[in-house]
Amino acid sequence: MNGRQRRIEDPALLRGNIPFVADLHFAGMLEAVVVRSIYAHAMLDVVNVQPALESPGVKTVVTAMDLPSACGPIPMRLSPSSELEAALQYPLARDRVRFVGEPIAVIVAGSRYEAEDARPGVEVRYRPLTATTNVRQAMKNPVLFDTLDSNQVYQHRQYHRLVESKEPDPTLRQLHLSFSIQRHTAMPLETRGLVAVPEDGRITVYGATKVLHFNRRVLAGFLGLDVTAVRLVEVAVGGGFGVRGEFYPEDYLIPWLALRLQRPVRWIEDRLEHLQAANHSRQQEHEVDVSYDDTGRIYHLHDEIIVDTGAYIRTHGVTVPELTQGMLPGPYRWQEVDTQLRVVLTNKTPTGTYRGPGRFEGTFVRERVMDAIASTLHLDPLTVRQKNLLTVDALPFSHGMQALGEEIVWDSGDYPLALAQAAHLMAKEEFPRRKAAASARGRRRGLGFAMFVEKSGLGPWEDCRVAVDADGRFTCWTGLSTLGQGTMTALTRILAETWGVSASQIRIVHGDTDQVPESHGTFASRATVMGGSAAFYSARTLKSRLQALAAPLLEAHPEDVILTDRGAEVTGVPTVAVSYKDLVEESVRQALPLDVTERFSASAMTYPYGVHGCELEVCPNTGMIQIVRYGVVYDVGRAVDRDLVKDQIVGGVA
Amino acid sequence: MEIDLKERVSYTLQINDRTYAVEDVEPRLLLADVLRDFLGLTGTHLGCEHGACGACTVLADGRPIRSCLTLGVGAKGLALQTVEGLAPNDGPLSRLQDAFWEEHGLQCGFCTSGMLMTATFFLREHPKPSRKEIREALSGNLCRCTGYQNIVNAIERSTQDLGENYP
Repeated sequence: MNGRQRRIEDPALLRGNIPFVADLHFAGMLEAVVVRSIYAHAMLDVVNVQPALESPGVKTVVTAMDLPSACGPIPMRLSPSSELEAALQYPLARDRVRFVGEPIAVIVAGSRYEAEDARPGVEVRYRPLTATTNVRQAMKNPVLFDTLDSNQVYQHRQYHRLVESKEPDPTLRQLHLSFSIQRHTAMPLETRGLVAVPEDGRITVYGATKVLHFNRRVLAGFLGLDVTAVRLVEVAVGGGFGVRGEFYPEDYLIPWLALRLQRPVRWIEDRLEHLQAANHSRQQEHEVDVSYDDTGRIYHLHDEIIVDTGAYIRTHGVTVPELTQGMLPGPYRWQEVDTQLRVVLTNKTPTGTYRGPGRFEGTFVRERVMDAIASTLHLDPLTVRQKNLLTVDALPFSHGMQALGEEIVWDSGDYPLALAQAAHLMAKEEFPRRKAAASARGRRRGLGFAMFVEKSGLGPWEDCRVAVDADGRFTCWTGLSTLGQGTMTALTRILAETWGVSASQIRIVHGDTDQVPESHGTFASRATVMGGSAAFYSARTLKSRLQALAAPLLEAHPEDVILTDRGAEVTGVPTVAVSYKDLVEESVRQALPLDVTERFSASAMTYPYGVHGCELEVCPNTGMIQIVRYGVVYDVGRAVDRDLVKDQIVGGVA
Repeated sequence: MEIDLKERVSYTLQINDRTYAVEDVEPRLLLADVLRDFLGLTGTHLGCEHGACGACTVLADGRPIRSCLTLGVGAKGLALQTVEGLAPNDGPLSRLQDAFWEEHGLQCGFCTSGMLMTATFFLREHPKPSRKEIREALSGNLCRCTGYQNIVNAIERSTQDLGENYP
């Protein structure tokens, strides 16, 4: 589907008149401030809230002692594993804090100013313990949880040999490499926030996104309510990138406080809290041993992956470590892959997913390995890559690795072509000349490439409901969220092109658990693939019903009936038409409802792939780096909207 | 101007050519909070509350200020402009807003108000800027979605003569 399209999300955002969660106001609304640990590791000897309670405007102050027993630790949403249960986080710290920023108490007052005034009135007597700040220490230091034997909370070996066993070949070269990847976090420009509004025994929570239905189940369980008494609503969302929308402590605390006080309660995270307490990601160490021959052919890949998962296991379980491990082999043919994964607790912010979780880390390691092999053999790094890439006829291909409960099977593609295109895009042939010219100016210039295989379209299913009314207004109900990617533009485009009607005739209802009964959510590059496909199938069913109803009235074959903004007509005969009003009446007569729900299911993920190329210059005197040119070749499959895809790739690079 | 921090104050603000009364509030209220929580002008967003991200940028006497680092009472007597003042509610988008729409100069839209206000000031002083000048002008505004390219494209587009079909 080609042609530039303006996004339907944009006019309201450009005018500043669509509410984000912090823009919502309700009568009688109170504001909450969370008191957080200033120690990375300490026992909480005494938490005295009395002075805070006496501060002007304060309505209540709660600590872990006030929480009901139904409130357990926050469960894992993805990649759960029983050995991780002991390290889950409770919404408020009970007797021990394990990272700077861990919630200890919540103050609710008439305004944020008053709540913050009261903060020094929550007197916490800490007994500091040794803080474990790296994974090597963590293996030796005392355990962070009394019920665990070790701070290494999880390990998983995946070993696969793809050729017949034989004696180790003594002529193969061996290389040992160590890699360290620092912490990152997503840092959406809008911090997290929630407004919880109690009403008639129900609770409505604004500010939810990403996985509304999963979070509704967790919240309802904690509150002891039926899921139908809990409504989660998404308003405009200022970026997600993996961290936003997971179930965090506040996602329980704020609704619970609103119910307890029977008043709307707003909590808007500040940036410092976001830095300290929203999920971090990425931090890993890799010890790699690789074997290869004199021509650059690769044989054996061994990697010990040590993941600094932070102080608690959060909703992602071991998703990021598993994806790192499972997708480590990349687009190359290895004869043997042996990976040992160790997930280790430290006194740092807990971790979760962030843009390309696991692929970022594994790709960095694997591609540096390819460059290192080339370097020892004095070969062109692209030559080494081309020599080892899986070819078109080798796909589908599996190294036998697993992640997210499925075997990772590279499904299709042309990896060598992508690499060749990237070399062309980056004008690699002429690079020596550019390098020489830079040298003459006293600058060092380099050109590097990295290949990746990505995943998308995580199942198991997504529903979509569509309906049309007598005025020809089409409505679509989807469980997808929109966090800035333009998902509603993509859905509108799919629907408009399937039906043949204008985008202005289509309204999309999303982000409201009262309006959409169930959804798996928006993450893992699944929204347009899963929800978009569900929209396509439901739109097609609705269209065929309209065609079937219109055909006898138009004295035509159903397949010759087309839809327009006015109604149905016979293709090529625009003078004779049936209005939507007539079609709706006919649908009632024939008991063929113009309200359709279809489900799209997928049993396995798909695996897009590509290449990044970067040319940069370094000033040897100052160390300043300048990126001269950056190019991406990416096989994205069939793009619903090329501009939206490009927006995501460019934003991801930056 | 001396203010007794314990005394509640009332004052008026000039915003988007209208006069707004701020009645009986604490003098410590930030301009951003006055705009958003008291006057309902929530198009101005708060991304960091310490002057780093630029999302809360508004114009005061035509110059960009961080509304998270300015007291509401301190904005008395200044002609303020916020994103709500760029285009009439029931009218077309401004030329700059329209260029952002066309060029996909936004994704989540949270930084957009600040980008638009900063660019409005910049374009008044530099009607025909180079891309380098645009990038320099935006150096105090953070965006986490776009990678900035489309924002630069949008600002550049708004300075081009695109014929009478464009605002």
